[in-house]
Parts: sequence; structure tokens; C-alpha cells
Amino acid sequence: MTDSKYFTTTKKGEIFELKNELNSDKKEKKKEAVKKVIASMTVGKDVSALFPDVVNCMQTDNLELKKLVYLYLMNYAKSQPDMAIMAVNTFVKDCEDTNPLIRALAVRTMGCIRVDKITEYLCEPLRKCLKDEDPYVRKTAAVCVAKLHDINAQLVEDQGFLDQLRELLSDSNPMVVANAVAALSEISDTSPSPAAQMEMNQQTINKLLAALNECTEWGQIFILDALSNYVPKDDREAQSICERVTPRLAHSNAGVVLSAVKVLMKGMEYVGMESEFVTTLQKKLAPPLVTLLSSEPEVQYVALRNINLIVQKRPDILKHEMKVFFVKYNDPIYVKLEKLDIMIRLATQENIAQVLAELKEYATEVDVDFVRKSVRAIGRCAIKVEQAAERCVSTLLDLIQTKVNYVVQEAIVVIKDIFRKYPNKYESIISTLCENLESLDEPDARASMIWIVGEYAERIDNADELLESFLEGFHDESTQVQLQLLTAIVKLFLKKPTETQELVQQVLSLATQDSDNPDLRDRGYIYWRLLSTDPAAAKEVVLAEKPLISSETDRLEPTLLDELICYIASLASVYHKPPSAFVEGQALVVRKTQLPVRSASGEPGATGATESPVPQQVQPAQQQQSVIPSHDTAMGDLLGDLLSMDLNPPQQQMSMTPAPQQDMGGMDLLGGGLDSLLGGPSPVAGMPASQASMGGGLGDILGLGISSTTYVPPKQVWLPASKAKGLEVSGTFSIRQNVRYMDLTLKNNAMAPMGDFAIQFNKNSFGLSPASALQVPSPLSPGQTADVTLPLGTNGPVQKMDPLMNLQVAMKNNIDVFYFSCLIPIHLLFTEDGQMGSASDRKVFLATWKDIPDSNEVQKEVANPNQLDPKGLSDKLQQSFIFTIAQRNVDGRDMLYQSLKLTNGIWVLAELKIQPRSPTMTLSLKTRALDVIPHVQQAYELIIANM
Amino acid sequence: MIHSLFMINSAGDIFMEKHWKSVISRSVCDYFFEEQQKANSPEDVNPVISTPHHYLIHIYRENIYFVAVCTTEVPPLFVIEFLHRVVDTFTDYFGDGGETAIKDNYVIVYELLEEMLDNGFPLATESNILKELIKPPNILRTVVNTVTGSSNLADTLPTGQLSNVPWRRAGVKYTNNEAYFDVIEEIDAIIDKQGSTVFADIQGVIDCCVKLSGMPDLTLSFMNPRILDDVSFHPCVRFKRWESERVLSFVPPDGNFRLISYHVGSQNMVAIPVYVKPNISFREGGGRFDVTVGPKQTMGKLVESVVITCAMPKVVLNMNLTPTQGTYTFDPVAKVLTWDVGKINPQKLPNLRGNISLQSGSPPPESNPAISVQFKIQQMAVSGLKVNRLDMYGESSPKKSFSFEKYKPFKGVKYLTKAGNFQVRT
Repeated sequence: MTDSKYFTTTKKGEIFELKNELNSDKKEKKKEAVKKVIASMTVGKDVSALFPDVVNCMQTDNLELKKLVYLYLMNYAKSQPDMAIMAVNTFVKDCEDTNPLIRALAVRTMGCIRVDKITEYLCEPLRKCLKDEDPYVRKTAAVCVAKLHDINAQLVEDQGFLDQLRELLSDSNPMVVANAVAALSEISDTSPSPAAQMEMNQQTINKLLAALNECTEWGQIFILDALSNYVPKDDREAQSICERVTPRLAHSNAGVVLSAVKVLMKGMEYVGMESEFVTTLQKKLAPPLVTLLSSEPEVQYVALRNINLIVQKRPDILKHEMKVFFVKYNDPIYVKLEKLDIMIRLATQENIAQVLAELKEYATEVDVDFVRKSVRAIGRCAIKVEQAAERCVSTLLDLIQTKVNYVVQEAIVVIKDIFRKYPNKYESIISTLCENLESLDEPDARASMIWIVGEYAERIDNADELLESFLEGFHDESTQVQLQLLTAIVKLFLKKPTETQELVQQVLSLATQDSDNPDLRDRGYIYWRLLSTDPAAAKEVVLAEKPLISSETDRLEPTLLDELICYIASLASVYHKPPSAFVEGQALVVRKTQLPVRSASGEPGATGATESPVPQQVQPAQQQQSVIPSHDTAMGDLLGDLLSMDLNPPQQQMSMTPAPQQDMGGMDLLGGGLDSLLGGPSPVAGMPASQASMGGGLGDILGLGISSTTYVPPKQVWLPASKAKGLEVSGTFSIRQNVRYMDLTLKNNAMAPMGDFAIQFNKNSFGLSPASALQVPSPLSPGQTADVTLPLGTNGPVQKMDPLMNLQVAMKNNIDVFYFSCLIPIHLLFTEDGQMGSASDRKVFLATWKDIPDSNEVQKEVANPNQLDPKGLSDKLQQSFIFTIAQRNVDGRDMLYQSLKLTNGIWVLAELKIQPRSPTMTLSLKTRALDVIPHVQQAYELIIANM
Repeated sequence: MIHSLFMINSAGDIFMEKHWKSVISRSVCDYFFEEQQKANSPEDVNPVISTPHHYLIHIYRENIYFVAVCTTEVPPLFVIEFLHRVVDTFTDYFGDGGETAIKDNYVIVYELLEEMLDNGFPLATESNILKELIKPPNILRTVVNTVTGSSNLADTLPTGQLSNVPWRRAGVKYTNNEAYFDVIEEIDAIIDKQGSTVFADIQGVIDCCVKLSGMPDLTLSFMNPRILDDVSFHPCVRFKRWESERVLSFVPPDGNFRLISYHVGSQNMVAIPVYVKPNISFREGGGRFDVTVGPKQTMGKLVESVVITCAMPKVVLNMNLTPTQGTYTFDPVAKVLTWDVGKINPQKLPNLRGNISLQSGSPPPESNPAISVQFKIQQMAVSGLKVNRLDMYGESSPKKSFSFEKYKPFKGVKYLTKAGNFQVRT
């Protein structure tokens, strides 16, 4: 008899039937009924209607029935909170039961009922259970704290459960310790509050290490993960932790092994120079890693992703284990692709023959993705191991001979890289490549082939014919191919100017006139201008010597690698991204995950690496990956030129865009007609392109925009670098186009790049809050400054601050979280609808003025340094959303009646008395909220002073 | 930690779900289905999928995807290992972990999942402890339960869970005390066309079936422990003794368990017990298939249960072959050729030859298919590992101890070598 019997239904209606059975007198029948209910629940049927009937079955001494009812309660308590309260008494009673199993079960179940009202009743029993004499109850209670924290974090902190949990870290029972660690790590992961953080000192570490040997495998994973967050105070401590963790490598649970590997990889960084210890440890790491590869494919995948990091950090560990990464034909594809990646990383001069033989084997497999990656891998081997380049090239040629379409295309893409790496060595094969021109249908392969033709145009007799054939279908090509074609033809022209003038004219006009793609058009114009003004300079730029491509393509950046090493065995290590990049709701918590500085600088002694020295200084990613950087850099220079020349009078810049379209048509290519476009003699390539000039130009534009609206106070330093580990933040507030902005300047004064910026505001008097995420160009390299604008909303949480205009800000980056506060200028909060009534209808204003008691009127002398007249004043003030309702002249003094409204709806009325030719005026303000008056006075002074 | 678990069958139905915290909507599985669509075969779905709010980590076993949903940064291997443990437990309880078994035992499955995880933290995963908490179903008990009205749920505190030896319960008693040890080694190898070894290593395990009364303390020693330099132990093994004396000293769990698993690396020479001489060629419209199997380094032992499988290219329509022994089948849908050879007689080598027919009009395949071989050799551990002796504390010791019962157990050691992932390229 099986459980499927619980699904049989009768015609009368299931729920009705069950209800009857649940209320039956017979115990046996009751239990069967509850089982049926549970069975329905497991398959997702809604049986919540039976809630009261099931809860009635709870008061029983039959453990099985109790458990079943508990299962049901956990599922449906949320939808029936009022009914769930009925169960509370039974829970509280069960927490006092003599049987520890029942006590534990009760406290465990109560924690699973995610109903606020129940949590209140939970506190007392939980407190008792945390101190229970039975370790089984204590360990269950430890987890319950984490559950409660999930439901009501504040309650857990207020009730002091976190401290109790920390006490459990030194419990005598290892399982209790493990669960306390697990609960604490989960709480600190989700809670931003410093109280929730797990402080670790030497004592706790010793306790954890002691518990490590005796708790269950899962407990070991939690403890090891906690250990990996600890920063040992010196070499010796690091070494002793490593020694005590090493036995875990022999555990049969892959999770334990990998978490132990994490602790050891981190520990080795701290042990540092004592290379003998490190060398022995490295030897011990290899076998367990290899063993992981004979586990289930899912385990293999995670292991491989981690091994990928490990071989980049410490290539020595697995240098003799190449063979275990050989691909088996029935490996799942995700395992195959990872293995391939690691094979290339491990390839050296000694084992390259073996690797190549394998790769060639893979290139004949069935799976297209895998074959492509294998072909690409052969190219990467050629670039990595110089001695093998020749063999790789001949292997690739063999593969091209197979004429399998995608193999040929992939081969051509990698051969282009090989040409880049070893110029003037393998060009003899170009003719073979050209034979396959027709079969190329993928943009990547076409672009690569075109690049080869352009680059070696002088050696290919019919280069012009080849390129011309591509030109026919120019508009159907992808952008990538179009750009390559443009460049290749320009190269060809510079090499063989006589025969190809027509071709280059054709491509330039195709690119500039008939294309909608701005990149293509711009590149076209730039070439055109270059060619027309100074062909010699054009030659220098376009045919410039290219920097060699790095031998280690797609290596992770060292700082990222160091960070990821700290996250071995976690999801971050699978994604190869720091958790901050993908973990949601990580609050603003940054774990201590930095490796010691010495390793970041890549001390070769620490790794003991003697062979295959890995370039520690990796070029910026852009340069590594761009296959044809010569153009990119040339572009960069030119762009700088254009901007520095043309932006100075910004108005002229505005008129620049339409101009080309008018003049281009009849322009003679070499006639220098382009100059007219740019309004003056233009020096070509040679003017240093500096960031500053670009910045300046942009600043002008922005500056213009700003001055036409509200007054913007100058930026102030809000957070000095000394207080924020090298990050300096200065800023101000502004309004542009009715949107409020916080304008920030971030400066990196530290030695390492910064990234992952985020910002949060504390509750404040006017509910200011960021309207979008902080967009900082990341990473912010050392010495770099970034200007950032953050749009603000005014619907955030409100809390009256003291001082009133104070705004507390938390800013986060990859290093830490920093707090600072600044003052909001009140005029930021003036709204554009602050005109009370209208200019013609002044009654509203008058009525309100009279309505506000005179005690709420405050007078102040305000300076008028520029001695502006009433007209000028009201115009200027209006730009800051202070609206003039009426103007009168009394006894030779001008009176301005004005109104303004704050974002939270507070109205402020003002009367400004202006004495002709006097440096001061009298400002009377009237409002119901007296608190704002001093700030509004200040705003008047500021705005008027800065007119 | 683990938030929820969904079980999805091959038809794409979510037939079981369990939430350990708040309920997560089934729609989260859409991300999984999306990924599944991209995969060519069911095994090829990437086991770690990230979605905007959740992380899906799954394993594929028994034609079921067990998809765990996590909301925080967790160690993925922890999740994967746990999921495998869940399926192992099902297999242990129901005989197999397939969909039918799960559906037939919904309530027990639900109870098990509830016991194994609390708020996403593992609670009781040792089969010994679970069986004390939730009794496995069996026909006899079901009958007894229905008659007497007793339950399949124990109401005693699981003693093992709190003791220093959580893997063993107290008060075990047997009339026949016995301890069997199976040394099983699997050869993983890639052999190239010419018959030379590209890669070979050995995965070994010692599986035990120990039925001894009381709290026995065992010591297992080897003739040549140096072979074991990469070992994973069951938690019961005392690591310190192994480090210092190279003997396995342990208080065993009750019943079946894996004592150690070990790996003999590719640096050591691995004896390859069989060879395969393939001769496969394709031409327009058809091809020839000719494969011979023979013994190589078998140390005089008989190679048995030999099965040859070969995944033929998609263009192969049918195969018409003649085996000298055994039977062959060709699955024209999956394009898999299976040849059940049986024992290899060194005097008369098994051979399978014949013609291949291809789909008309399609070009002959570029590459030849790889062959995978299965075989078994009894009474041999290919690594050369040999058990020296098994001692039971209290049994041979003259010192009388109260805590150990006096009995003479029956002991046995068996060796078996078989093919793991053994592939021959052609």
C-alpha cells in the first residue's frame, strides 16, 4: 500500500470528506485524514480551508500526529494568522515538555511560523531553549534565532538573542557550535547592523577549530567558511590554522574539501615567505582537487570553476595534473568547456604536444560549441607557448583542410590573433586562408579575414579584388564587418595608393553618407579628414606599429582574482564575479575579504613560481581583447583633437553636426576640403589629447545650463580621504530642469582601484532620497576623479533632523562603507509651483498673510551687495522658485511680496523692503513652520549675494 | 542556505515542492526551463543558474531534476552534496529514487525533507539517524501498522544524534555478527586509436557491511598502504591514527556504508586489463564496422560482464553486424550500439563485424565514434591494494572490557575491479 491512496477522491468533494474525517473520534481515522491533507499539500493543492480542523488535532501525545500537524501549520499559518494564534499555547507547553525531542520540535516549528503575532510568544521559550540542558535542543534553538531574525531582525537584537548566540560559540557540544556559526553567518550576511556582525578573535577561532574535528560534515562547511573570514594576526597563527584545517582535505564531502581549500588558499597568503611550508601545503592541495573531478558532474563543474581560479593564482599546484582535465566524450558540455579552459591555463612547453593532440581530437567531435572552443584553444596555445606556435598553426591548417564550415571560420579568427602575436612569421599561409573566403558567413570570421587582407595587403596580389567583392554587399554586413572593411581598404589605399583610389572613395562615401551607424560614420569622417589633410600622417596613424597582444588572454584581473580567491567554494567563485555584483540585499555589508597587500602586488617569492612566470601586470582589459587596437588608439587621439579644438566655443560645436551632410557630397577626396568644415586650420594628429580639455569642454556646457537655473553652491569636501580609506567625496546640490540632483566628485586617493559604489540616505527632514542608483565609472583607478550626478526624489522616509537641514549619507565601495553628513541648502526644496494664487489674483496671498499670526513673522536685515533693483531681484529670485506676487512702492521704498513652497507643502511668505541705493534690505518672513525660517533667510542671502 | 526544493520530471512537470522558509512561487522554475531548452541533452543543463533574485542549483538523477532555490550566497557544493544525499536517502528508503517511488511515498518524502533540513540548515542526514526518526516503509510494517494502529514514526529521541559517534546508534544487537569489506576499484581511462593510454587513473572505494553488536572498535590494516595517498574518509575513521600508523581505526556505523574512497593518480602506471581493436570506416552511403576485444594485463583473472557501447553518428541509419559471441542491439533512435559480450575467452577473442548503412544523400561523418567499455574482474584490485588484517578491539585483546561484548565475528574481504569511464577512441 502506498501513499497514492491519499489522492483518491470521492464525488462528494474532497474537502468536505476530509473535514468529517478530521473531526472523527477515532485516533486512527484522524491520523489518516491528516496524512491525506499533507499529501494534497505537497502537490500544491490548497487545503487551507481545513485549518481549524487540523489545528484541533494538535493537542495529542501521538508524536507522529503532532509532527504532521506541525508540517501543516508551517505551510498555512501565514494565510490564517488569527487561527495560528490558537496553536500558541500548545507550542509554549511543548517547549516545557520533559522529552527534549518534543521541546526541540516545538521551538523549531514555532520559528517556521512566519506570523508576527506568534514571534512575541516565541521569545521566552526560545530564551529558555538556548540554555537548555540538552544539546539537541540548544542546537535547534540556535537555528531558530536565525529564523526569527529573518522575520523580525529588530526583535532579535532587542531581546539580546545575538549575544546568546555568540555565547553558544563556546558551547561544549560541537554540533551546537556549528549551528551557532551557521546562524550567525546567515544573520550577518543579511543584516547591515553592526550588532549582527560576527566578531572573531583568537579564542573563538580556537573554539571553532576544536569543534571542526567533531561536528557533522555540514557543520564543518559552516565552520570552515567562518574561519576563512578571519584575518590571522601573524605568520604563526596562519600556519597553525592551516595545519589544523589540512586534515579536512581528506573528507568525503566535496563541500568540506572545497571550503578547506579556501581556508588554505587564504592562509597561504598570510604565511607568505616561509616558502617551505607553502610548498608542502601546495603539494597537499593537488590530490583532493583531482579527486573532486571524479565525482558527480555537478560537483565537477563547481570544482572546475574554482580550479580555474586556483591555477591562475598558484599555477604550481596542478602543474603536473594536466591529464585529469582531458575531456571524456560523455562529459556534460558544461564540464567539457571548463576543462578546456583549464587545459590552456596549464599548457606549458613540456606538455604542449599532448595538449595539442587532445585539442585536435576534440575538434572532430560532434558538439559545435565544444568544437569551436577547441579550435579557439589551439590558437590560445599558440599565443601562450611560443615554441608550439608553429605546430599549432599547422594543426589549424589541417583543420581548415577539413572544410567543415564552422571549424574553418573559428580557425581564421584565431589565426588572426596568431598573426598579431608573431608578426611576419606565418604569413605564408595567407593564400590558403584566402581560398576559404567564400565559405565565411559569420561576422567574426569575415571581419578577421578582412583584417588579415588589409593588414597584409602588400603581399596579397588581388587584395583590392578581394575587398571589392566584400564591398558589394556593404549594407548587409554587420557593423563589425563594415568597420573592418573600412579600415582594411584605407590600409590598402595607403599601401597601394595608385590603384585603389576609387575603392577608397567608394567605401568612404558608403560609410559616411549611406550609413546610419554613428560609429561607422565617425570613423569614415576621421579617415577622410586624415587622408585629405596629410596622407603621411594618416600612414603613421593607420599603419602604426601595434602593441603585441598579451599571451594570457582572458585572465582575470589580479585584484579581482585576489578577491575571488577569498570566495572560493561560494557562488561568487562559480560566476567569477564578486558577490557584491550579484547578491541581492547584501545590505551595505562588506566582509573582510582582502588578501594581505603583499600578495596583491604579486610577490613571486610567495608563490614559489619558478617556471612559466605569469605576467603580473596585466594590461587593461580593453587593450587585451581588442584585436586591432591600433585603430582604437588612433581613434582616441583623434577624438581628443576634435574635442579640444572644437569645444572651446561651445556654440560652434552645436553647429558642427549638420555641417558635414551639406558639404560632403561634392568634396574632393584629396583636396583638403574637410578643413572648411572645421572652421580653420587644423593640425592633424600630434596635439596631445588630454582628458582635461575634454572635461573642460563638457564642463562649459554643463556650466551654461546650470547658471540659467538655480544657484548652485560650490562643492564642498564632505568626506575627506583620510576618513574613507582614500576616497574623497565632495559635492553640492542643484536643480536642473526641475530635477533635483546631488552633484558629487569622487576622488580615489588610495593605491588600489575602487568599484561597486552605492549610496544610501538616512531618513531626513524632507524625505530626500536617491531616485536612481549611483552611476560611477568603475573601477575608479588610483588618482582618478569622477564627477557623478545623482537625481534625487523627495518621497523618501521622513524624520525631523537636528539640525533641520542635515542629511546623513552612507556611501559604499568595494573597500568599506563610509558615513558622512552634509547640509541641504533649503532652496533645493523650493518647488516650481510656489506661486501662491497668481500674479493677477493676489487675494489668496493676502488672506494667507493675514491668516498667519503675527508672532510667526520674523524680520531680518539682508545684504544687497549688488544693489539690484526690484525687477532684477524678482527675476533672479524667480529662477530659484521664489515667486513675486506683488510689488508696491511705499514712501520711496520698494516692497516685494513673495511666496515659495517647499517640497513637503510648507508655504513661506515674504515681504522684501528695498531702500534705493542702500546695501541692505529688510526681509520679513511669515510661515506656520517657524523652523524653516532661518534657513530661508540664509537662502535669500545666498541667492542674492551670488547674483 | 537552501530555501526551497522543486522536483521536476522529464516531462517538465513540477511534481513535488518543499519550502523550508517562506514559499517561493513555482514560476522561479521558468528560469530553469529556459536554461533547459538551450541544452542539447538532459545532462547538459548547467547546474548553477542565476536569476535576478534567486540562485538555482540542481542535480540530475534518476531522470529527475532536483532544483534547489537559494536566496543568499551559499557554497554551491554544499547544496549539490546535500541534494545527492537526499536522493541517496530516497534510494535507501524506497529502493530507488525515481519519480514513481517518490510519488508513492509522498508523506514519507515530505517528512524526510523536513527532518533533513531546518530553515535551510542540514539537520539529520545520516541514514542511521533518519531511520530512527522515520521508519522506512515495508510491506510487513504497513500491514502491522494498519492492524495495530501504530505509526511508522518513532517517538524516541534519536540517540546517535547527540553522542560522540553520531553515525552509530546504541544498543545494536545481532545474533550473527559479521563484517564484510568490498574493495572496489574502477578504472577511468582514455585509450587512443593506436591502443596507447592517453590517460588512466583508478577510483577505489572500500564499501562495508558491518553487522556487529555493541560498540565495536575496528582496525583495518593494509599490506601496502602507500598506494593510498589520496584518500577521503568516512567521518568515523580516526585521522590521527591514519597519519601516524597508516591503519584505519574506526567505530563503524551499523549496516552498509562507504569506509574510504581513494584515488590512484595518473602519475602511477595503471594496468589496463582489456584492449579493443576497432576498425570503423565510413564512405558514401555506408561503412564497415569491425571491433575485437581482448584481455591485456589481467593477472590471470577472467574478464567478465564485458559490454561495449558506441554512440554512432546521427547519420547512421542502421547496422547489420555479426558477433562471434554475445548479443548486440542497435537503437536507431538514440543511435547507440550495445554489444553484450560476456566473458572474454583468451583463446577465442570476441569480434563484432558487419556493415553500417547511412542515410541516403548525407555525407559520411567526419569523425569516428568513441567506444566505451564496461567489464568486471573478480578477486583483483588493479592498484594492487591488499588488506592485511582486520582486528576488533576487545576480541583479540586479552584485556577484558565492560563496554565491549565478547563475540567472534565473521570477517570477509572481496576485491573487484571494473571499468569506470573507460573510453577508446577510434
